[in-house]
Amino acid sequence: MLELIDIQHKFPDSDWSLYVPSLNLSCGELLCIIGPNGSGKSTLLRIAAGVLAPVQGRVRMKRQDLSRLNRRAIARQLGYLPQETASLYDFTVEEIVRMGRYPHTTGIGSLGSSDLDVIRQSLQLTEMDALAKRPLSRLSGGERKRAFLASVLSQKPQILLLDEPTEALDIHHQVQFFRILHDLAKDGLAIAVATHEINLASLFSSTLLVLSQGEIVESGPPDKVLTPSTIQTVYGETVLMGRHPQTNRPTLFPKATPENNK
Amino acid sequence: MKGKAILLYGVIFLAVAVAMPWIGPESLQLSEITHFVQDGTSADAAIFWYQRVPRVLLALLAGGTLAVVGASFQVLFRNPLVEPYTIGMSGGAALGAFLAISVPALWINWGPFSTIQLLAMTGASASLALIYYLARRPQGMSVYTLLLAGVTISIICGGTILFLSYLASPHVLVLYHRWMMGGIDVVGFRDLYALGPLLIPGLFLLFYHSQDLNHISLGEEVAMGHGVDTKRVNRDIFVGGGLSTAAVVSFVGPIGFVGLIVPHAVRRMSGYDQRTVLPCSFLLGGAALALCDAIARTILSPTELPVGIITAIIGGPLFIRLLISRRWR
Repeated sequence: MLELIDIQHKFPDSDWSLYVPSLNLSCGELLCIIGPNGSGKSTLLRIAAGVLAPVQGRVRMKRQDLSRLNRRAIARQLGYLPQETASLYDFTVEEIVRMGRYPHTTGIGSLGSSDLDVIRQSLQLTEMDALAKRPLSRLSGGERKRAFLASVLSQKPQILLLDEPTEALDIHHQVQFFRILHDLAKDGLAIAVATHEINLASLFSSTLLVLSQGEIVESGPPDKVLTPSTIQTVYGETVLMGRHPQTNRPTLFPKATPENNK
Repeated sequence: MKGKAILLYGVIFLAVAVAMPWIGPESLQLSEITHFVQDGTSADAAIFWYQRVPRVLLALLAGGTLAVVGASFQVLFRNPLVEPYTIGMSGGAALGAFLAISVPALWINWGPFSTIQLLAMTGASASLALIYYLARRPQGMSVYTLLLAGVTISIICGGTILFLSYLASPHVLVLYHRWMMGGIDVVGFRDLYALGPLLIPGLFLLFYHSQDLNHISLGEEVAMGHGVDTKRVNRDIFVGGGLSTAAVVSFVGPIGFVGLIVPHAVRRMSGYDQRTVLPCSFLLGGAALALCDAIARTILSPTELPVGIITAIIGGPLFIRLLISRRWR
């Protein structure tokens, strides 16, 4: 679905650079990107979404160069949710979700009944239907995130790129969020998520990608990728590893300090 | 709710449009005016059709345009305090007007334009082009540079005017000072046609991209994710707003506050959808300026007050009221 080929990116006046020789995101895949702050997760997603043009390299969606497509055509197939979603005005949840239909409309953007169906589905899927009429200012941080996810979902994309979508969510909604993504991937969507929730990523993802200082350190199924030594080298933190009681997926535990050990 | 807002402002607009030509230092007879349609000679009819009507129309158009540009720029710059003149267009226009007033060698009449209008328009367009050039980046326009460049150009133009006015004769200064207060002095319909070449494409761009601005108000990356070509929209809004402002400022001078307050007042009732905000702003902005102009031409009758004074005196306190009520964004 989405191919990144020989991507290199540098920001002006900075030593930092991103180098991704090759990355594929295919249908039904849930790819979780983990890595410490400043490792390039957001930059990678922004390049993949075509929001940021890389200094070098190409992004191809269904064998077409992203840079040759117009934004509307991209948005019909690719949904992108940036980390920061600061609205200038106090729109209601429903208004935000309706805006997701933009790439499928023309003219002044009047919506037909099929559009309204999609909007209702997105609201239900994210459990935001009860809050549809609420203005953004009266939502909690997590509810805001879900409102913007619903907006991206109403684009009906086949590719979904999400940048730390579960930041500021409580455990129920974090898990719920990953379940939704897991189900969407099962329905054939190609999904990439940047996240700091390593254990959730391990539990739900089909592929785990570890990024450090702008380079891919490890990539593959969570079982192979997630080891204490990888975490040690990438994050500089010694951790213990266990297994999820149901799925046997690797699960990390922080090391306790000696006085807690009693 | 949205339909209701447009309807309400539409009714206000129409009421003002119909009522304002009747207000002025001379009282007019309805019978005399309709009489004119048949044979064409009466003082009342001449005042009504050649002075009052074009003047009210110009006020409606100018006020509406300023409000629409303000409503668009406030989103583009993500700043609720921006008005059409924030990006330095009035500085360039003022410099042009000052030159037109102080240098008789420049006096020319070309087509429907007077010297002041022509040079003010040139000044405004030149500063527009300069700001655009300064803020251009490979990855699209930098909105922050636009704002900074605009403010800087205003300051440079202001400095140049100060320098020139130090050398100029007092007579010129009085004329220039009067121009800076803004005023809707128009006789006949010529000026209205002359506005067209800049105003029509300008307003078209702003209305055309009204929906795109909703997305941009969610942040540029969200907008791009939704499929909005933000590069193009930013450029078009800047150019469209710039052209419209250049047209208005060169005909009526820098009339403040309409472009700042009207959009805020409108949003409280219409919601934040630009597709509703823009038409409502146009209707309310036009009505507000026509009303202020009616006050300006009657309050010190038989002399007239520049309308810019009225908008500032009424607009300032109104804005403070909006500020206090805390829902002004």
